[in-house]
Amino acid sequence: MTSVSTTPRHRRKFQLGDSLLWLYTLVALVFLLTPIVYTVVYSFNDSVRSNTVWEGFTVRHWTNVCDQPGLCDAVGNSFLIGGIATVASTIIGTMMAIALVRYRFRARSFVSLLLFLPMATPEIVMGAGLAALFFLIQSNGLEGFAFGYTTIILAHIMFCISFVVVTVKARVQTLDPVLEEAARDLYASPFRVFRKVTLPLLMPGIISAALLSFALSFDDFIITYFNNGSTKTFPLFVYVSAARGVPAEANVVSSAVFFIAITVVIVMQVVGALRRKKYSA
Amino acid sequence: MASSVAAPTSGAGLELRNIRKEFPGFTAIDNLDLEIKAGEFFALLGPSGCGKTTTLRIVAGLETPSSGQVFLGGVDITDTKPHERAVNTVFQSYALFPHMSVLDNVAFGLRQRKVADPLKKAQDALALVELSHLADRRPQQLSGGQQQRVALARAIVNRPSLLLLDEPLGALDLKLRRQMQIELKAIQLEVGLTFLHVTHDQEEAMDMADTVAVMNKGRIEQMGAPEALYDRPKTTFVSKFLGQSNLFVGDVVETNDSAVSISLHGNKITVPVKRAEKTTGKIAVGVRPEKMQFHESAPAAAAGQNILGPGEIIDIRFTGVSNQYLIEIPGVGNVTVFAQNVGKSPVVELGAKVWVSFKVEHAFGLADLPVGSEEA
Amino acid sequence: MAIAGFSASPKKGGTRGNSKGASKSALKGDRKGAAIATILLIPGLLYLALFFLTPLVQLVVTALESPDASGAIGAYVYDFNLQNFADVVSKYSLQIFRSFGYALVATIAALLISYPLAYFVGVKVRRWPLLQRLTLVLVIAPFFISFLLRTVAWKQLLAQGSPLLGVLQTIGFVPHDGYFIGTPAAVIFGLTYNFIPFMTLPLYTTLERLDGRLLEAGSDLYANPFKVFTKITLPLSMPGVVSGTLLTFIPIAGDYVNASKEFLGAPDTSMIGNMVDQDFLSNQNYPYASALSVLLMATILILVALYVRRAGTEELL
Repeated sequence: MTSVSTTPRHRRKFQLGDSLLWLYTLVALVFLLTPIVYTVVYSFNDSVRSNTVWEGFTVRHWTNVCDQPGLCDAVGNSFLIGGIATVASTIIGTMMAIALVRYRFRARSFVSLLLFLPMATPEIVMGAGLAALFFLIQSNGLEGFAFGYTTIILAHIMFCISFVVVTVKARVQTLDPVLEEAARDLYASPFRVFRKVTLPLLMPGIISAALLSFALSFDDFIITYFNNGSTKTFPLFVYVSAARGVPAEANVVSSAVFFIAITVVIVMQVVGALRRKKYSA
Repeated sequence: MASSVAAPTSGAGLELRNIRKEFPGFTAIDNLDLEIKAGEFFALLGPSGCGKTTTLRIVAGLETPSSGQVFLGGVDITDTKPHERAVNTVFQSYALFPHMSVLDNVAFGLRQRKVADPLKKAQDALALVELSHLADRRPQQLSGGQQQRVALARAIVNRPSLLLLDEPLGALDLKLRRQMQIELKAIQLEVGLTFLHVTHDQEEAMDMADTVAVMNKGRIEQMGAPEALYDRPKTTFVSKFLGQSNLFVGDVVETNDSAVSISLHGNKITVPVKRAEKTTGKIAVGVRPEKMQFHESAPAAAAGQNILGPGEIIDIRFTGVSNQYLIEIPGVGNVTVFAQNVGKSPVVELGAKVWVSFKVEHAFGLADLPVGSEEA
Repeated sequence: MAIAGFSASPKKGGTRGNSKGASKSALKGDRKGAAIATILLIPGLLYLALFFLTPLVQLVVTALESPDASGAIGAYVYDFNLQNFADVVSKYSLQIFRSFGYALVATIAALLISYPLAYFVGVKVRRWPLLQRLTLVLVIAPFFISFLLRTVAWKQLLAQGSPLLGVLQTIGFVPHDGYFIGTPAAVIFGLTYNFIPFMTLPLYTTLERLDGRLLEAGSDLYANPFKVFTKITLPLSMPGVVSGTLLTFIPIAGDYVNASKEFLGAPDTSMIGNMVDQDFLSNQNYPYASALSVLLMATILILVALYVRRAGTEELL
């Protein structure tokens, strides 16, 4: 065999490293997804109170999920709060992301820093601080202000903004400004430019940001715990019931949310990929 | 919002007065005056960073000048916003909207101006650039040349008073570029628009334009018909940027009312007064390489001829149509001569001893001196 | 350092990429641009000033309070009482030490686990964008299950009598007849697991942007794959490593769910977070709770300040 091969030992070692990486990733993903699988499986557990021992397969928790007292109210609250917080934080965050990428202004460093800090601050600090603030507002006699929906929503919007900014900013950076200039050149007023060119092209990023924001809000525990008053959200329900055993219905809710979220994300990715394939023949 | 932009039927003239544009840290345009006649194909030529694109953007309204005014068809549009100007741009990167079909791209401006029957007009524009069959595709599916034509159609369909082209042919390969140059020119004549074409490709500018302005470091160095500019450049930059030049620097030793002469190590070089920008002191005289001839034996002195030499051929380059000979003449420097390949190629061999000559009427005298040869 | 790498790959848009002239005015630095930027930023800035900065200030203020003259529980007055900080440090020195210790171990573990994962998704599978995106979805999938339920799941999976615990006992990782839940190891395990996405995403974003041609150049210049990794990939991915660390270390130190006895911990694995919870909600000792929180916040501020001094603020977001 007279074929010329460059450093065959090189290539062999490379292959081994390569397959190790694939194997590692598989193991890591299994590790990451194990609790998810567990949660979904145990949503079908025929348990009565504490859902710790497998007692048999049933779908009654799925069909009668609201039989669990307080659960559906809590889930409803979480959806409501999540929805409002998502809308508000997405709008605010998108505006900030556009400003950060497209405009030059002096306080740039300060704004970046201010947006970064909520992501790096421990939730307990933000939760305690907000509670202290709200308590101050309440005790200084602001009519009708109480710990509850309002405080939770205000808190959630706060920590979601940074994540929205980061997500949308990545998308804005891929948007070539010359497209907006072309639109202006073609008689579109600034508002029209935004509506017809900027917004449609930013939409995928904005949707991702909204999904992320909703996920963060829905799942938030610590900050909500400090500021909820008597309003129960889904994570709070789980926490309280963790002492005596989380009921299977909670697993049902979490699994359902998971499947919906994953489906939405996957569908978006696949649709995006198909569209790209179609239009880049 | 109903558009306040009227749709003219033919091009309008452009005037830039005293335009100055400063960015933090540098001045992009420094006192620019420019006039383009209606219906003209005007080329703004210059190297990267000379300010030509900035000028274009000022005319389009995408930049505001630090000072100065812009007039379109006699009307001051300096403060008019870009979407209110009857000016359209063909961008260097085409800037086609990826989320719209080709047809919707072309119809975009018409829709913004609420013109009746936008789709029909868009289709007509696509027919003009021979891309009707691609109307429903997305820009990403098109080749570079096709995208360029869509960008052109999208601009032209609005019948702007002035069409701006920002190096639109830069990304195309040579053959396609030549083809597009012919097509662009044809469209311009057919539709009767005024074109302002910005480019760094001097052949393109000379080929297509009625008038060329050579721009350097934020200023226009020289402006005129391509032939005039080529035949008689007035500054070192223009002589080197537009085609090639041999430049000779020397002190003026003789003047009369018809000619000026400089002396260079015993060689006398004469230029007609009419073609000289400066007639006293130290001046630079130049000649185009294709206007020179070389001789294998010393030519006899003749009136109206400049003779230099002897020198030695130190390099020969073959470019198909011609050969470029580099001749080193002691005391004068290196002289380039282009000789068309009409027979034996090369005509003389490397190392041969030759003299060069050129007609006095082909020489030109510059207003400035090449870098490095200024008065000490 | 975008956490949201899964939403868009940072490649140039438009039909042909960046045009030269546009970049000059793309950043609108003129007065009008600054005015628009201000309008866009004001709602967010005001909001954060009100609901992020003010609470922090409020915490500092509360941390300086002293018990009210009446002595009633929960009643305090502002006193500039710096003693609270000293008290808190001495009283909770064990928890503080423990928290940072756990955080250090968990952060390193998360880094070691996340890096190859991020490398796989960001570099190895670049050739198959769909696979890349789907794998990324799987990596962040845990996000979509309630974090409390994830932790409960591990608690059950590793509880006494569970098969998984049996395996660990067989390997010797856990002593025979020993238990796992309630030990520091379990808490660290939970912390690591829950914060892997926070470490992986910044790493992924940085690695995804790594120019493949640099790696090719390395190979071309006789570097074997290992060298290419240590000399080119690793140094260039440092920004991601630093971001990931900033986003995990202090939040882990402040966590308390993992360490609480309802989940993976026991009373003797309590962390700073548990103490703040206790002081704030049970003991109503607001000054102590606030002082502890302020100390935690100060630590992250110092770390961020060090980072910003070194690398500026541009890469933060």
